[in-house]
Amino acid sequence: MSFAWAKQYEPQTAVTKWLDEKLPLPRLVYNAVGAGYPVPRNLNYMWNFGVLAGFFLVVQIVTGVVLAMHYAANGLVAFATVEHIMRDVNYGWMLRYAHANGASFFFIVIYMHIFRGFFYSSYKAPREMIWLLGVVIFLLMMATAFMGYVLPWGQMSFWGAQVITGLFSAIPLVGEPLQVWLLGGFAPDNAALNRFFSLHFLLPFVIAGVVILHIWALHIPGSSNPTGVEVKQESDTVPFHPYYTAKDGFGLGVVLILFMTMVFFLPNALGHPDNYIEANPLSTPAHIVPEWYFWPFYAILRAFTGDLTIPFTGITLIPAKLLGVIAMFGSILLWFILPWLDKSPVRSGHYRPLFRKFFWFGLIPCMIALFICGGAPAEEPYVIISQIATAYYFLHFLVILPIVSQIEVPKPLPFSITDAVLGGDKPGSTSGGGAIPPESVVEGLPGTATDGSLQPAE
Amino acid sequence: MATEPAATTDLTNDDGVRRRDWIHIAALSTAGVGAASVLLPLISQMSPSADVLAASSTDIDVSAIQPGQAIKASFRKQPLFVRRLTPAEVEEANKVDVASLRDPQTLADRTKPGHEDMLITMGVCTHLGCVPLGAAEGESKGDFGGYFCPCHGSHYDTAARIRKGPAPKNLVVPDYEFKSDTVVRVG
Amino acid sequence: MTIRLGGIIAGLGITLVLLFWSLLPGAYNLAFGPKPEQQPSYAFYEHGHGPKGGFSFDGPFGRWDYAQLQRGYQVYKEVCAGCHSLKFVAFRNLQQLGYTENEVAAEAATWTIPSIDPTTGDKVENPGKPTDAFPPVYYAGQGVPPDLSLITKARHDGSNYVYDLMLGYGEPDPAKAAKVGFEVPDGLYFNKHFPNVTIAMPAPLSDGQVTFADGSPNTTADMAKDVAAFLTWTAEPSLIQRKQTGWFVIGFLLFATTLAFLSYKQIWAGVKPKKR
Repeated sequence: MSFAWAKQYEPQTAVTKWLDEKLPLPRLVYNAVGAGYPVPRNLNYMWNFGVLAGFFLVVQIVTGVVLAMHYAANGLVAFATVEHIMRDVNYGWMLRYAHANGASFFFIVIYMHIFRGFFYSSYKAPREMIWLLGVVIFLLMMATAFMGYVLPWGQMSFWGAQVITGLFSAIPLVGEPLQVWLLGGFAPDNAALNRFFSLHFLLPFVIAGVVILHIWALHIPGSSNPTGVEVKQESDTVPFHPYYTAKDGFGLGVVLILFMTMVFFLPNALGHPDNYIEANPLSTPAHIVPEWYFWPFYAILRAFTGDLTIPFTGITLIPAKLLGVIAMFGSILLWFILPWLDKSPVRSGHYRPLFRKFFWFGLIPCMIALFICGGAPAEEPYVIISQIATAYYFLHFLVILPIVSQIEVPKPLPFSITDAVLGGDKPGSTSGGGAIPPESVVEGLPGTATDGSLQPAE
Repeated sequence: MATEPAATTDLTNDDGVRRRDWIHIAALSTAGVGAASVLLPLISQMSPSADVLAASSTDIDVSAIQPGQAIKASFRKQPLFVRRLTPAEVEEANKVDVASLRDPQTLADRTKPGHEDMLITMGVCTHLGCVPLGAAEGESKGDFGGYFCPCHGSHYDTAARIRKGPAPKNLVVPDYEFKSDTVVRVG
Repeated sequence: MTIRLGGIIAGLGITLVLLFWSLLPGAYNLAFGPKPEQQPSYAFYEHGHGPKGGFSFDGPFGRWDYAQLQRGYQVYKEVCAGCHSLKFVAFRNLQQLGYTENEVAAEAATWTIPSIDPTTGDKVENPGKPTDAFPPVYYAGQGVPPDLSLITKARHDGSNYVYDLMLGYGEPDPAKAAKVGFEVPDGLYFNKHFPNVTIAMPAPLSDGQVTFADGSPNTTADMAKDVAAFLTWTAEPSLIQRKQTGWFVIGFLLFATTLAFLSYKQIWAGVKPKKR
């Protein structure tokens, strides 16, 4: 793996030499996130979010392990132990608010990371495996976050558990036994709370494992970059350390300021007041909503209001509830085939005029509409908006993307990253660059051997 | 292109190099201070919480304890022995040559003035933390008429001082005060 | 190719199902179907805005007004405590309101804590100790009045909500009520700031109901503000400490991030700025 010009780790002291022979851990770190990992020199701030996501995974694990020292997963006392953490445990309020808002920030950075992937087509060959593992991480995160939200055992916890496990009851034949099996009872209670706690503790470590695979897979082709042109030469890259460690450090500072502002000044702004009411199986909140990061998918779930029937016969093929469940899971599962849906040889949205229009004026407004509708009550006009947006969501990925990638004429790509950085594609501005010799401008055509973009698969 | 000459200067000029280093060192040490201060809540959360600390003093009514009797109370989730000594037991305790003891203390050291017959100790053997026998009716009081720890055979005398066996210290006397003649506040 | 073809078919299929079985029937219903019935009470709800000038603890620089919290505690004790418990708060917590340890012990002793005598097995009521939590309330009427420990966090904009609720009682406009056919059901009370405007709790406060030792004004609005402040404290005793810590943390992070930015710029100074 890695590029021929990657720096090699050289142990400096007797101890590191000894360690390098027995357990080359420093070498691994050096090659993974150190000076031994050459990274395209033109990454923009959208490439900060991978490291940030890793940071928030650590935040969640550390605060979570600490909170678990004070929490008890029992329906009688769970709510009270959370209040015990908030009132009596030293810095308990800080740790719990950091954990609750940390989940939100984890999702914020993950969504930025995913949508960066959409825009720059980071999922394309040779990086399909990185993308697939990323989708797995996202699914695990959703499961973990859902189960974590149940633990405080407030009203939203309880009814969220009821509603989400209720999704599985839509499955024909096995649905209802499946829901009872998931809950270990007929309604959420101690059995459900205990298993959710157990899995909520376990899954983050599974996520950490898949993250390692994700990074491993990343290091085989190396990082993508905003031009989508593959690295060709040493001048295209800089070592990860110190260049991107410094940049990630700065990015981390900015995100930490936002994160801490939420933790210390608006800790409950992203939560729901009903979750400060203890779970009551006899009273449903007026308006059940999941946490904000599930809203788009919740909107897709609720968009299907009518059963799929054969007209004029009264025969129901698929009930609306099952349609919604299929669509909701399908909306994420389709990301698994995304690398094979988008056939364009050009990666970056910057060089794909038509794709870019659909991204900014189609997908992004569609996601915003789904987000708003998912958090809104199931009333008009939200229902109709969510139906239109859901339709667009599937059309975008399944229909528009394959067709656009077929008919689009991409803009000319720069010959190399160095050219793009030095403005080599703009005549008259090729001077400078100090130690890096200016490259000749080659107007590569997509699909040709020299343009550095994706080779046609078929 | 304006940055380019500056960059060259940075590499060659001594002042430039020093300034670069200074910023990196400052940034890294600030990050280190930040990371270290995050440890404060993470470590502090394991100390006793406010409710545990608040419950760390206990009021005990000792009026019903007859001479020769003892009660077991609970103090900080540990057994507490409250014993009213008989005059004979007081005499026996005072008779002992303090210098000969493993943990030299007089009975007066271990009680409050005016209440020399009220012996209040933790019911936790100083050896490995078992609960000694002798507080409840009919339990063995050991060779010296005080308490006896069955785990490893430590014998305490009538002033709950270690006399025989592996325990290194006398049974611990907690901080306490008489709020009135009948009520003791421990802790 | 099969994946793309399958994708296109699936995408069109989902769209068709949505369009013909969900969207069009829904749109038809919206256009020609019966209008969704609106509760007549909706016409009477008014959104409150809390006390004029807000609370002392509002905003990032907020502070507790301890005299107000103590008055609020008195209002809770004399008015609310008849029906509403405060189970997550212990008497020892009152020390944070500026009472001394002895005052707290004396205050706790004025409450009775249900318990069981270990020797006789009888139900007994002991005077409260500082370590006890506020006792549960056994309510004889219908329904269970909510515990108030967390009430200001369990409602949107909770401090203002409690204040507004105290002042929202009255009678609905009779002309409007007759027009939409709205009647306050028996046993419920009209309150324009309660979400469905009929509430089971009768107006708890009236002017001059509680006499404060320091002679502070005791109109309904004053007492409502005091008790709303007290219940904000019960919901989050660490509120002010949180904000103060926050300033310290944010200040430190601004400093650290500035340094990180300078360090980042220094490191990248030799590399040409990128175009894209």
